[in-house]
Amino acid sequence: MTPSALAPVSPQKPRPAPRLVQPWIAADVSARRITDEVMHPLISRPGAAWLASFALAVLALAVGVASVAYEVATGVGVWGLNKTVGWAFDITNFVFWIGIGHAGTLISAILLLLRQQWRTSISRSAEAMTIFAVLCAAVFPLIHMGRPWLAFWVIPYPNSRGPLWVNFRSPLLWDVFAINTYLTISLVFWYLGMIPDFATLRDRTAAGSRRLVYSLLSFGWNGSARTWSRYETATTILAGLATPLVISVHTIVSMDFATSVLPGWHSTVFPPYFVAGAVFSGFGMVLTLLIITRTVMHLEHYISIRHLEVMAKVMLLTGSIVGLAYALEFFNAWYGGNVYERYAFVNRASGPYAWCFWIMVLCNVLAPQLLWIRRVRRSVAALFLLSIMVNIGMWFERFVIIVTSLHRSYLPSSWTMYRPTIIEVGTLVGSFGLFFTCFLAFIRVLPMIAMWEVKAVTGHASETTHE
Amino acid sequence: MSENAFAPEFLVAMFDDQRRLVGAVNAVRARGLRVHDVYAPYPVHRLDEAMGIRRSRLPLATLAGGVLGLVSALAFELYVSVYDWPLNVGGKPDNSMLAFIPVAFELTILSAGLATVAALLLRCRLFPTIRPRVVGRSVTDDQFALVLRWRHTAFDPQVERLLYEHGARDVSRKAIER
Repeated sequence: MTPSALAPVSPQKPRPAPRLVQPWIAADVSARRITDEVMHPLISRPGAAWLASFALAVLALAVGVASVAYEVATGVGVWGLNKTVGWAFDITNFVFWIGIGHAGTLISAILLLLRQQWRTSISRSAEAMTIFAVLCAAVFPLIHMGRPWLAFWVIPYPNSRGPLWVNFRSPLLWDVFAINTYLTISLVFWYLGMIPDFATLRDRTAAGSRRLVYSLLSFGWNGSARTWSRYETATTILAGLATPLVISVHTIVSMDFATSVLPGWHSTVFPPYFVAGAVFSGFGMVLTLLIITRTVMHLEHYISIRHLEVMAKVMLLTGSIVGLAYALEFFNAWYGGNVYERYAFVNRASGPYAWCFWIMVLCNVLAPQLLWIRRVRRSVAALFLLSIMVNIGMWFERFVIIVTSLHRSYLPSSWTMYRPTIIEVGTLVGSFGLFFTCFLAFIRVLPMIAMWEVKAVTGHASETTHE
Repeated sequence: MSENAFAPEFLVAMFDDQRRLVGAVNAVRARGLRVHDVYAPYPVHRLDEAMGIRRSRLPLATLAGGVLGLVSALAFELYVSVYDWPLNVGGKPDNSMLAFIPVAFELTILSAGLATVAALLLRCRLFPTIRPRVVGRSVTDDQFALVLRWRHTAFDPQVERLLYEHGARDVSRKAIER
């Protein structure tokens, strides 16, 4: 410490209020008001904006169902895949959706362990987003199997085929275990977090069928301090378990690529690169969803501009890590001296899919750099635009990694181009339809803000101001 | 919790403010009385210490679940790949232990997490068909309730006053809403 810092502060100079101790939600918001406002969407009639969005989402879902039905009935040949490019839209969408899910777990688990209070108003919807995104992701490997009714073959069970077991050395099988574990733990964590809120809803609802449903969902919760004490222990343990889990999921997804010998895939940088990209894309999607939701549902004082600003900072950090990873890949390709590797990257930036590559660089690396500017971070319109760009950029990242590496690898005689068919586009549209249908239903059926967590933050904030 | 946990021999003090609640819990315990339970809409700071709640033993369930998941996953992978049907996949050894780690890791997390939640639900008696024994509808909303056993307090008429002095909004003997 410098001597001047030790000098007594003159009483005439009022110190500026320290910004860090400002409560995230105004302490004068009473607990009762929090319940009222969070309950409001569950008991009121949906507005025109919600109905229109829901209709649009269901329409997109219907397009998806039709595309998948046609694909399953006819065969995977209705996609634009060929002998060279065996993975394209489906695996791109799979990795894209799995990545989206990661922000939810980061917010609910990692930020819980780091005691970040701002997570409380967004954790519930981010967790919901995780679950819906993982569901969307799970659709793609299933339909890529061609015969999805035999999907249970990936589960090792005693069968009449030998028993012929699954191959535990394959990263694709690791994926099965990683994604199912991730979905299960996320669902359990999400539900556990909602139990006290269901009890609040139950006790606020007049007797009737609605109350009976809340009563069943609330598991007989009565707010006992002894239960709360164990509940907090369990939540912390689950957060501790979910943290390595979420890192392992995208690590294993990246190993689907990294364990192969294909130029552009065979790289040790993939696991951290994929995890950072997943968090980046997830925060992009969280921002998109929450900016819409807070405006439509009038939740601006729960999801304030400060909340958006913090998320923007996470996006800036992870986006910069992703940018660094892109640069590292190019450096390694050049420095490694392997001609195939070097060509894969030259082809990425200047080959027939270069436009995809440059969209990716623009959306993921260049555009988020604007977030260094405080005014951009605090502008809802700018953040919304940037979050959409990040969603687009991260989709293209997966497309670039998968398709540019596959379409020109070791054997020039096999080089070819990939073009998606209308069925593949329809399936992608359908996955967005599934995601938004689930999310829109969620915000009207379940408490989208964790009431008890927000109350705890405001309650403790009022305690500090009293002292 | 016994079957008639909220028969009328309980004294229920309602509080609006968590700080006063913790103060009252401290005062009641300093007087040598046992707090039956406290009901709150959210976990309250420093209430565990004030009530003398011991550290939860849930981590033991986590450990047991984790160990079970890890051992059974590795044992199963070895049984399948080495003993039951060894299959040459790309010339890799039957016992490809390193490649068995990811699945074992996932199953460790899965079973540790499920064991923790199962232990929590069993220990706290949380289950869909359980009827909530709520001391008052407001304790899941914005109020705090301090509950004492009346048969202790019957011999100490000062307790009621003590609770009011510590900021209780209302002290009453009441039965639980069923």
